[in-house]
Amino acid sequence: MYLATKQLTKQFGGLHAVNEVDFTVEKGKINAIIGPNGAGKSTFFNLISGVHKPSSGQVIFKNVDISNLPSNKIAKLGVARTFQTTNLFEKSTVFENVIVGHRLRTNSNLFDAIFRTKRLQQEEERSKEKALEVLDFVGLTKSAERVVANISQEEKKRVAFALALATNPEIVFLDEPTAGVNPDETEELSSLIVKMKERGITVCLIEHKMQMIMEMADKIMVLNYGKKIAEGTPNEINNNEQVIEAYLGRSASA
Amino acid sequence: MPKKFEKYIVIFFIVLAIIFPLITQNDYYIHIMTLAFIWSIAVYGLNLLAGYTGYLSLAHAGFFAIGAYAVGLLTVKIEMGFWVAFILAPIITAVIGFFIGIISLRTKEHYFAIYTLCVGYVIYLIIDKWDSLTEGVRGLMGIPAPANIGPISFTTPLSQYYLVLAILLLVIFIIYRIINSLVGRTFIAIRNSEPLALSLGISTIKNKLLSFVLSTFFAGLAGALYASFVRFLGPDIASTAITFDLLMYLIVGGIGTLFGPIVGTTLIVWISQNLQFLQDYRMLIFGPLLTILIIFAPRGIMGIIGDWKVKSSEKKRNKEAQKSQSELKKEA
Amino acid sequence: MEILIQQLFNGLTIGSIYSLVALGLTLVYGILHIPNFAHGAIYMIGGYITLTMMTYVGVNYWISIAVSIIVVGVLSVLMERLVFHPLRNTIIINNKIAAIGILLFLEALAQLIWGADFRQMSSPYNQVLNLFGVTFTVQRLLIIVAAIVVMVLLYLFLKKTFIGRTIIAMSQNREGAFLVGINANKVAMLTFFVAGALAAIAASLTSPINLVFPGMGHLVILKAFVIIIIGGMGSIPGAILGGYLLGFTESIGATYISGDYKDIIAFILLIIILTIKPNGIFAKGEH
Ligand SMILES: Nc1ncnc2c1ncn2[C@@H]1O[C@H](COP(=O)(O)OP(=O)(O)OP(=O)(O)O)[C@@H](O)[C@H]1O
Ligand SMILES: [Mg+2]
Repeated sequence: MYLATKQLTKQFGGLHAVNEVDFTVEKGKINAIIGPNGAGKSTFFNLISGVHKPSSGQVIFKNVDISNLPSNKIAKLGVARTFQTTNLFEKSTVFENVIVGHRLRTNSNLFDAIFRTKRLQQEEERSKEKALEVLDFVGLTKSAERVVANISQEEKKRVAFALALATNPEIVFLDEPTAGVNPDETEELSSLIVKMKERGITVCLIEHKMQMIMEMADKIMVLNYGKKIAEGTPNEINNNEQVIEAYLGRSASA
Repeated sequence: MPKKFEKYIVIFFIVLAIIFPLITQNDYYIHIMTLAFIWSIAVYGLNLLAGYTGYLSLAHAGFFAIGAYAVGLLTVKIEMGFWVAFILAPIITAVIGFFIGIISLRTKEHYFAIYTLCVGYVIYLIIDKWDSLTEGVRGLMGIPAPANIGPISFTTPLSQYYLVLAILLLVIFIIYRIINSLVGRTFIAIRNSEPLALSLGISTIKNKLLSFVLSTFFAGLAGALYASFVRFLGPDIASTAITFDLLMYLIVGGIGTLFGPIVGTTLIVWISQNLQFLQDYRMLIFGPLLTILIIFAPRGIMGIIGDWKVKSSEKKRNKEAQKSQSELKKEA
Repeated sequence: MEILIQQLFNGLTIGSIYSLVALGLTLVYGILHIPNFAHGAIYMIGGYITLTMMTYVGVNYWISIAVSIIVVGVLSVLMERLVFHPLRNTIIINNKIAAIGILLFLEALAQLIWGADFRQMSSPYNQVLNLFGVTFTVQRLLIIVAAIVVMVLLYLFLKKTFIGRTIIAMSQNREGAFLVGINANKVAMLTFFVAGALAAIAASLTSPINLVFPGMGHLVILKAFVIIIIGGMGSIPGAILGGYLLGFTESIGATYISGDYKDIIAFILLIIILTIKPNGIFAKGEH
């Protein structure tokens, strides 16, 4: 088992945002989580990445219980994530934004900074190289020196990917990576996600765009009101009664 | 604008600061400038925390006062040697800052601002009321001027000016090194978004504490200089009014910019000098100025210059892009 | 025993003032999530307007208070329109700095107009009463009663009128309120008016037993912040209870511990509370 949740539960007051979810992420695959708005998908990610502590249940990563580790420690283990809303530093350039992504793999401290030690210089060099490398990977080499405020939504999504990749992750969690971008751009972002998988990075993503999920996912889990209602290949999910009902039921009442 | 050009500007201002006393030949102006430099050092501390890390501490004058009173009490009450006291003062401030930081940084945003405002007030109240130690409102007198170092003495305004200038330049240099390193980038990442920074594996707790301690260290250093320069201390230096002054210097010069603190502080201190007749009413102008700046130019003078640079480079990029496009068309 | 009762009575008086100021602060916080550092200056202006109306214009105490309510209420609304409204989408640090700018301006303005000295406001209710061994002026009794009346009126306004209910709705859920077509601008302005009015009332009530001076808002506003943190930022009952609680604690602390350090009680209280619960006592959920 690579990464798994066991009876994972999160309560906010009386609300069970995530309710006893068992899920296994397949290594080297694209794992997708779908579900109606408010189903608890983002909360599920937040539990795995340590933003929230679970009310009960566990998150196991490579046989280690990471349920109660803080986010930054989890990131160090090689678990990266992006957020539903990109929160980049708008006034800075793309390149400047991405450099800090490699910070967790460096050790320079205040002393190094003030005296500009060899270690700092080497690590800065390495962070910059890493930034260039991941920007190249996401196809933003040309925009590296542009200010984030001036780039498109789709480019911002790419910067967020680049940041996550700069942490040297072995698994990435992408929360609605294509929200708010047009169909053509969605296509391009999708192929970028596939490219990540080809690089050997395990991908786990939340998406609302069904067609895209069906095309690229190896495995899908469906959440509804915090509960896992289905899990399987795209084909299995497509024909699952409960899933159809969850989606139709909600959209009919909405 | 080429980097080289910026370097020349910086060198120009350093030279200007060095020859300034020779130009004015006026002890009073030298005195004012020395004070402005001392305040700048404190503002640099505030900038590191509020400007680069995003945490607005309203206890800054309190830490300034701790540094000042540390020098005052150590030299006057214990009769410690000046330089030992002077070196101990910022360290003591930073240690106190460390403990206050551990607790206050558990809070965020508004809570942090209110918390530190209260911490600042408590520091003020302690200095004011604990008069068996601090002499309270009577004030602490008889603080010695910096002791001679070998043949160099610091008794004249001129020598004090150069002492403070040297320390200020060192502070700016250290801050420059910090903010342009991975450490500074880490601070900025926290200011930008703590959840994002955490998700990138950054320990926000450690780094915020580091920033807080550094900021109190510089406040303490400025306080120590103030004590040995003014040589009389009253509880008022810990008051929120001073914190607000420091904040104003920072906002006018440019919060989150390297030269904002020195630009804002010297500018406002000089303007205030020339508005002597306004004295108590200077806030009639500076209060609204602060508010208007925050609305229309939140990153102050240096921010305006910075934005202008960004825009002109964007323009250049666009032009180049157009050019290369039209060239492509020509080829086709 | 008598001392205790006397102190409880004094605590009730101070607490009434704290509650009124904290109420304004918490209302504004609930709607706009702004900790309005300028609220203390608004309070101070309220004191001066009443003083001026009484001593220079020569109208009676109640009319002076009414004028003060209107002037300060309008001032408060202007502040919202000119400063906080344009800043609603910037980073949070900016709101606080802008508020500090206003605070500095208003204090300098007060000093320019009225001078820096401490002023005494005479009240028509200076008679001394003696009841159950407790000595007090009618003014103190007036403070207590008036504060309760104001709170009841505020309660009725918030619960029984449409616009009042809107304020509550908005403070509970900003986005939701937008959805049902509430005019957020109007609500914000009204909230600021009410907050200003409450501050003006508090200052006018307390001035006869304290003094009027440019810095009179400093401590009050700091304590009001402490109160709303104790009571839960944005919570109305919390502000009222917290106000009285702090009033009692201070008044008893002043007698039994030290008069010198009574002002520190609030801050020590706050520091203890935030040390244990960094998000306030009544923090909802987690973030
Ligand atoms: N920090 C929080 N405090 C309280 N409730 C929360 C918190 N975060 C999420 N919730 C609630 O938990 C539920 C699940 O929210 P979540 O954001 O996980 O849904 P989602 O599946 O990601 O929805 P969407 O598709 O809209 O992004 C919602 O009802 C939400 O209101
Ligand atoms: Mg979500």
